[in-house]
Amino acid sequence: MTTRIGVVTFPGSLDDMDARRAVRLAGAEPVPLWHRDKDLHQVDGVVLPGGFSYGDYLRCGAIARFSPVMESIVAGAKEGLPVLGICNGFQVLCESHLLPGALTRNDHLHFICRDQRLRVENADTAWTSSYEAGQEIVVPLKNGEGGYVADERTLDELEAEGRVVARYLELNPNGSRRDIAGITNEAGNVVGLMPHPEHAVEPLTGPTTDGLGFFTSILKRLVNTP
Amino acid sequence: MARVVVDVMLKPEILDPQGQAVQRALPRLGFEGISDVRQGKRFELEVEGPVDDAALARIREMAETFLANTVIEDFTVRTES
Repeated sequence: MTTRIGVVTFPGSLDDMDARRAVRLAGAEPVPLWHRDKDLHQVDGVVLPGGFSYGDYLRCGAIARFSPVMESIVAGAKEGLPVLGICNGFQVLCESHLLPGALTRNDHLHFICRDQRLRVENADTAWTSSYEAGQEIVVPLKNGEGGYVADERTLDELEAEGRVVARYLELNPNGSRRDIAGITNEAGNVVGLMPHPEHAVEPLTGPTTDGLGFFTSILKRLVNTP
Repeated sequence: MARVVVDVMLKPEILDPQGQAVQRALPRLGFEGISDVRQGKRFELEVEGPVDDAALARIREMAETFLANTVIEDFTVRTES
């Protein structure tokens, strides 16, 4: 049976096509999900893509959080449904309180777009098991509000519990606390990531193919699940 | 109709790079003596019916769940006559 990974399209999503393509290249079946449709169509996992959902009005991800599809995704995530939020998707996950903290305006105020070196810190989540802990990868990064913030206690907890999934190397591109590029929830099924692995899945269009691992990880996990 | 104003500000410990950029621009424009600027949001709500305790409680709930992200922001609610 083919693994089905849903990719949500909100008004203003930009990277839903690339996310679906990454899912397909990893060997799974991408399933388009629509923001107004509560039905998750029996998918085995969900990707919340990058972009500017609802124009980033109010706060990034704040309006998307209350869309009908998110009701089902939040409920599913609490039951163990694997969810990967990339960039705007990460912002939606924080606004939904599926992940702690928040993403704020880059400290230098500029939109940044670069190929970013990362270290995968946690290779035990639903979305990172194709990597080795400590592995360095390069994937594109593009954001205006990518600065990860949380109070010191939350940051200490994330560190102590190994819930920092990826960290920026060489340069902190947006003022994120403790160079955090991505985090996971306690169960490891929900991952938020500011850089864009879906743009680094084939040599023609990406700087590397380092991003593919996020999408093969989920396949590996679902195939191994009895 | 009564108006209720909700002001949303970043918490003091959260860096406000937009406010900083405004502050840094001021001397260049000839406005001296401003040591800090914090930028926030103001929501003006036109309320149907009386603004009683129940209505204000609903508005506080709205601010808490939607208008502000209380992880990084504080809010105040007040009635404007």
